[in-house]
Amino acid sequence: MESTVKPSTSDERYTLTAPADLELDRTGYLELYYFMALNRRLEERLSNLYRQNKVVGGLYSSLGQEGCSVGTAYALERGDFLAPMIRNLGSFLVRGVDPVHIIGQYCARAIGPTGGKDLNVHFGWIDRGLVSPISMLASLVPVFAGIALEMKMKGKKNVALTYVGDGATSTTDFHEGMNFAAVHKLPLIIIVENNGYAYSTPTAMQFNVKDFVVRAQGYGCYGEIVDGNNVMAALDVTRRARERCINGGGPVIIEAKTFRRKGHAEHDDAGYVPAALRAEWEAKDPLDAYRRFLDMHRIVESAAEIEEIDARINQMLDAAVDEALASPFPDPSTLMENVYGD
Amino acid sequence: MAVTTYIDAIKEAMWEEMEKDERVFILGEDVAAYGGAFKVTKGMLDKFGPMRVIDTPISESAIVGAAIGAALVGMRPIAEMQFIDFISCAFDQIVNFAAKCRYRWNAGVPIVVRGPCGGGVHGGPFHSQNPEAYFFNVPGLKIVCPSTAYDAKGLMKAAIRDPDPVLYFEHKYLYRRIKEDLPTEDFVVPIGKAALRREGSDLSIITYGAMVYKALEAAEELAKDGVDVEVLDLRTILPLDEEAILATAKKTSKVIVLHEATMTGGPGGEVVARIAQKAFEYLDGPIVRIAPPDTPVPYSPPLEEAFLPQTRDIVAAARKLAAY
Amino acid sequence: MATEPAMQRPRFTHVPGDKTKLDMLHYMKLVREIEDRIERKLYRQGRIVGGVYVGLGQEAISVGTAVHMEKDDVVAPSHRDMGVFLMRGITPRRIIAQYMGRRAGLTRGRDGNMHMGDMDYNVIAFVSHLGDNVPVAAGCALVFKQKNQKRVALCYNGEGATSRGDWHEGINFASIHKLPVVYFVNNNAYAYSTPVSLQMAIEDVAMRAPGYGIPGEVVDGNDILAVYDAAKRAVDRARSGEGPSLVEFKTFRMTGHSAHDDAGYVPPGMFEEWKQKDPIPRFERQLIEEGVLTGKRRDEMQTECAKIVDDAVDWAEQQPYPAPEELTRDVYYEG
Repeated sequence: MESTVKPSTSDERYTLTAPADLELDRTGYLELYYFMALNRRLEERLSNLYRQNKVVGGLYSSLGQEGCSVGTAYALERGDFLAPMIRNLGSFLVRGVDPVHIIGQYCARAIGPTGGKDLNVHFGWIDRGLVSPISMLASLVPVFAGIALEMKMKGKKNVALTYVGDGATSTTDFHEGMNFAAVHKLPLIIIVENNGYAYSTPTAMQFNVKDFVVRAQGYGCYGEIVDGNNVMAALDVTRRARERCINGGGPVIIEAKTFRRKGHAEHDDAGYVPAALRAEWEAKDPLDAYRRFLDMHRIVESAAEIEEIDARINQMLDAAVDEALASPFPDPSTLMENVYGD
Repeated sequence: MAVTTYIDAIKEAMWEEMEKDERVFILGEDVAAYGGAFKVTKGMLDKFGPMRVIDTPISESAIVGAAIGAALVGMRPIAEMQFIDFISCAFDQIVNFAAKCRYRWNAGVPIVVRGPCGGGVHGGPFHSQNPEAYFFNVPGLKIVCPSTAYDAKGLMKAAIRDPDPVLYFEHKYLYRRIKEDLPTEDFVVPIGKAALRREGSDLSIITYGAMVYKALEAAEELAKDGVDVEVLDLRTILPLDEEAILATAKKTSKVIVLHEATMTGGPGGEVVARIAQKAFEYLDGPIVRIAPPDTPVPYSPPLEEAFLPQTRDIVAAARKLAAY
Repeated sequence: MATEPAMQRPRFTHVPGDKTKLDMLHYMKLVREIEDRIERKLYRQGRIVGGVYVGLGQEAISVGTAVHMEKDDVVAPSHRDMGVFLMRGITPRRIIAQYMGRRAGLTRGRDGNMHMGDMDYNVIAFVSHLGDNVPVAAGCALVFKQKNQKRVALCYNGEGATSRGDWHEGINFASIHKLPVVYFVNNNAYAYSTPVSLQMAIEDVAMRAPGYGIPGEVVDGNDILAVYDAAKRAVDRARSGEGPSLVEFKTFRMTGHSAHDDAGYVPPGMFEEWKQKDPIPRFERQLIEEGVLTGKRRDEMQTECAKIVDDAVDWAEQQPYPAPEELTRDVYYEG
């Protein structure tokens, strides 16, 4: 597999290179495409449903960030724990969550994993190593430090991985969780998705350094920057972080540079983002760039192969939307259930 | 049987549970090498090692957050707040994370968050609080306040074994002042069940924590006047033992609700409301609440003494109610 | 990064004049005397209400930094910064009355020991929730910047407090907004029984500074001239609009966490090792060498301090306790 040669092209488009020594077979390359495309298409469906008032509550898009969600989640193995955040739909998909459940969640149906008790991606699945986020950003950092602690106590060769945005790094929980994990050398991976904005706050107003990863030194742990729009680079850096963690190297901070191409949520037109900046990042679309990479390196045998994957995705999503919309809302009698156990 | 102080009863409960259940561990500030600021965990590091008795940085949010994470993957952590006043630093993790996981996505969080509460030790505003009211209004949490060594041990075991987050508020004033003979065999005090400390027929005092002792002192005083006082120790604040509360109200028809948390918004209001709603016809007089006034806990002795309910306050209120 | 003791270092950039040197010595000795009296005598005699936390061995830090305060600067000390209060003009009488729970204490008996402040002197009372003062100090500095005032906020914490999220949030905020605030860290090696190695995975708190885009410096906290120099640098930066700095003083907590803690967890030999670096005799030796101080004058200063504290104790013990009627006053603004 030709993976290290940068193909020559006459145009100046954003071109992906695969990291040296990336171990990935053809199936793997195609799976990465599949999940990113599924991520993109699912969000398009949700956006449509939102406009039709079928989505209840807010809708948060990860347009432009699919490479980061998919690549990082793909690096994990059985027994690892993952907590995606609101712009990591791709991570849920990699972990095997069925789109019908996601659509059901967004449409407040009983079929959603929380039975209508919480919204958007605020769900988890312990059996699959998925932990639900809450709205208080970075609160998962200490929680995942705790999950990593159990792994260390039990000598498990596993990691706990969660995401924060550039904004969440400013919170008390980020700092305390990171410091705790560093002192006890826990197998914790934090993906800092630096997507340029926290709602309307640009990163320059969020921290006083250009590269957040500088803070890794302040915690006494390893940190690395990655191009978040290169799904292969995201996969590679996470795999290496995982190796480091399971060998007792302590927590890792990965700063993924990417960009939030839509507003904070569907209702936000993000007029505060300069048009030129948005255009710059549109040109670095992770899905388009990856598609070009697959073509360039002849990993796909023909355009038809990709079209077939796309068609399969559309069919699946058609069915999922139909199923979700036909499913009932939760029964009021379930209100008092599950406040406590037993 | 062995005579055991309140503080040792807490340690014994944790110790015994840790011996039989490897999922149980302790984390907090100064709990390991130092054995805890009040020595609750003294000797436990030597016995259980640094992976099960963990000294943390000053990070209440991380202490509770990490406890939550470990609980999600099957552990039974006990998070210590060095003074329960510092629980406010972990408020977010407790209220928004621990309390709501099961309801939202069917994941239990079997953590215990414990620490010393209460005043009477010149501790000032930040070392004397009773924070049960802050969490009282949060479905998904349980709150216990033991007043005896027996209950301290039994409730700690119940808390550790409970599948949901339990806030365990141990009153620092009682640590070494209270002791009793405890059974050597394993026992548990159920969460959600009050206990009658003194049976009586004329008037009920419903209370918990260190105030139980003031109530009992007042009862002795009042007995001289021929007023027969019943003292109900709630033991669990959330969920309240409504059955026991209504039973005593119906029995004596005159009720005083007493607690050390400040008056407005204190748990006593809830007790009063339930009696008024469900036992109104049984009452022969207005329900009386005795609690400190709405101020931070003050420090200098004359102020703190004026702040805390004293036995004489209880006696005076009881006499007045008895005569109503 | 300045880690060598003063004697081996090249000349400091900022050196105090002789009068300032003697003033600083006086304050260090006064802090030592007050705290010794409180912890070793009054507390053990039961004449103090509540707990006692002293900054034994750390006197150079509060004094060497506070010496740079202008009248309108605001300071947010922690519990081992007695020097700050004294140099602000808060009298030993009021401080002892505070420790004795009298109405004449800074909090009128409502809070104890170092939980005191007075905005008439621009001193913010700290709370037990360490690190909470970090965002608070940033808030003061924010106003100074908005109003274009040449005022700075000085904020003090121990190394333990730097683990707290509030510390992080406050410094992050101050750094983004280039606020005129200086963050001092008293790294005295222990937070109660927790050594630095269990508090953080880094050697120096100052290693966090680059992550906030601010300068960080490590200083010998037992050398008052090193403290003076580094503090002046940081205060000048803030005052000239260049934003916050993190200055870390390495020292050692020569007592337990509080009066009742025997600090049995400190490894043998450490107290003895740090006693050799006691900042007060060290400075006295240097001043005597320079001819700025004589042995006789040193002893006189000691006697003066003792007298000041005698007077403060006598006065404080005569002060009334607050009356019970005062209990519910001033929970809210009463006009």
